[in-house]
Amino acid sequence: MTLDAALPMSKRDLLALIGRTGGAAAMYFAMSNLGQAHASPFKGVPVLDGGAKGASVLILGAGVAGLTAAYELRRAGYKVQVLEYNDKVGGRSWTLRGGDTYTELGGAVQNCGFAEGNYINPGPWRIPHNHYAIMHYCHELGVALEPFMQLNYNAYIHSSKAFDGKPQRFRHIQADFMGHVSELLVKAVKKDALADTVTKEDGEILLEALREIGALDKDFRYVTGPASSVRRGWAKGPGGGLTAEPIASEPMTFESVLRSGMWSHITDSMDTTHHTAIFQPVGGMDMIPRAFAKKVGDVVRLNSKVTAIKQDEKGVTASYVDTKTGEKLTAQADWCICTIPLSILSQIEMNVGADMAAAIGAVPYAASLKVGLEFKRRFWEQDEQIYGGITMTDLPIGQISYPSSKYGSAGPASLLGAYGFGAFAFEFTSLPPAERVARTVEWGSRIHPQYKEEFLNGIAVGWHRVPWTQGCFGQWTDEMRAEHYKNLCQIDGRIMLAGEHASYIPAWQEGGILSALDTIGRLHQRVMAG
Amino acid sequence: MVLGAAAALALGCMAASAVAQTAADAAGRAKPGAAFAGDADGAFQSPFSFGEPDGEKMYRRVCAGCHMPDGKGAKGAGFYPALAGNENVASGDYVVYVVVKGMHGMPGVGRMMTDAQVADVVNYVRTSFGNKYRDKVTAAQVSAVR
Repeated sequence: MTLDAALPMSKRDLLALIGRTGGAAAMYFAMSNLGQAHASPFKGVPVLDGGAKGASVLILGAGVAGLTAAYELRRAGYKVQVLEYNDKVGGRSWTLRGGDTYTELGGAVQNCGFAEGNYINPGPWRIPHNHYAIMHYCHELGVALEPFMQLNYNAYIHSSKAFDGKPQRFRHIQADFMGHVSELLVKAVKKDALADTVTKEDGEILLEALREIGALDKDFRYVTGPASSVRRGWAKGPGGGLTAEPIASEPMTFESVLRSGMWSHITDSMDTTHHTAIFQPVGGMDMIPRAFAKKVGDVVRLNSKVTAIKQDEKGVTASYVDTKTGEKLTAQADWCICTIPLSILSQIEMNVGADMAAAIGAVPYAASLKVGLEFKRRFWEQDEQIYGGITMTDLPIGQISYPSSKYGSAGPASLLGAYGFGAFAFEFTSLPPAERVARTVEWGSRIHPQYKEEFLNGIAVGWHRVPWTQGCFGQWTDEMRAEHYKNLCQIDGRIMLAGEHASYIPAWQEGGILSALDTIGRLHQRVMAG
Repeated sequence: MVLGAAAALALGCMAASAVAQTAADAAGRAKPGAAFAGDADGAFQSPFSFGEPDGEKMYRRVCAGCHMPDGKGAKGAGFYPALAGNENVASGDYVVYVVVKGMHGMPGVGRMMTDAQVADVVNYVRTSFGNKYRDKVTAAQVSAVR
């Protein structure tokens, strides 16, 4: 069934068809995709009406969670003060541009040498359309968004152990894997090998579906020809005039695609957090905290390192040090919303109950690495016709993400040259920054030989060396959540926590914002009841 | 399912999502053998396991990311404790426990090491940076903690 054939059907008819052929689970997921059922927890900002009864709230941390809490609570009439360790707002919502200086733990200093307009986002870099809360704030605060090119069929999948280390276009791997698998399944259906689970009538539908899904020819074969070339690309594309006739490309063999392991990347953009449409703020992720700062920047005190948090029956007092002057100060309020990452908070004296204290101390912070590289020209566009998107590799750099903006422009351009996790990220982080960059260029040159000739400069962020987080994100497991998650999120006296660590969406800004909204809703109930 | 994820990833396909990484970490040290030749220190062999062959290299290429090459730790919004002159290092059992299980924000990096690798790096830390604890921990001690 082609898409065109599906269009005249009513949505209900289509759902009935999917439900019949695919079972209840397929029905549910199809409904989600069609927008009739979805699991978004964001139903809008909680209504904080009834006044704040003069209550004050001290917010610790000016990342997106803290900024969201400050913005909404102030609007509801609360007296709000925010303490931030850094010399700017945003926390991990962070952008490095030319002229920026970054000093990591251990003292290594990097000066970003990018040209005007080039940047990398060392932290969050994507905003899925279904992260409704952060989308809401981008729209409300006037943060301009542009498409983030998540899936680019012309980008590469690379394995150092397959095809002699030669990168393969995503479209080749995807089309050839789906084509060969579809052809195999056709053979099984035609041999009645699935007769005990698929009726003869459904088998006929399935054959047509497989021809469509797999780009098979009229004889249900995945072979060199127009059907497969339309999907994977032609050897010589259709043109105009005398030399217009296209020449079909030859698919790779099933065995070579299967054994390459590259098929595992076909699904990289299929989970909902990577679905199209997916966005980035124009000019860098920190456009979001900057927009918040226009609303609440006047209540944020920067360069303030929290050293102790104490509560009693009347309120909360945070002790902090001005990191510029060394002056020791305190801030007081009726309530405290603490968004400090648990990696830091677990080291700060705070009189909460044993359950919350145990939860704060239970969550390890993941290693991660990002390296931004600047090149003299957009060779990935000019030489290889890759406009945005991501190349995946088994090399320690993990991936290369090409800029999703300013396509075709002349002059230097920056890309994300490495984004890694796991053991590789620990090992990268242990290296001096210049060595991280040098190795990123070396490994990347195996995919793009132009790297060495075109390289200008780079900047490398190993997240365990970031002074304000000591790690990338809270790395929960199911077992840890069962024991500690609710204890982490409960209100403990006058203290409550928020941030991506207090969410089921680790490492995403949506998690931080949703936890902030949940927290302020519960705080407001408490204040109204008080 | 965890094993399936690890197997797919072991083919050289490092997923870039937090969830996938958590699943990979939960799966523990991938076996068998190294996926890549690695560098001169034995680093960069696999995203799932550390290939460093001795305690000194393991410290320099993994632990030093936080505790720093001189073992003196670091201070920012929080801190990484110094291992130099750290009284807790007197207990080999304690250090083994922290390396394997983690501590607060510190991940249990020992899950990506063999028992012998954990013992080696613990023994290195306890005899370096001015530490002079000569009693060695063993791989069997590490195994008992897992």
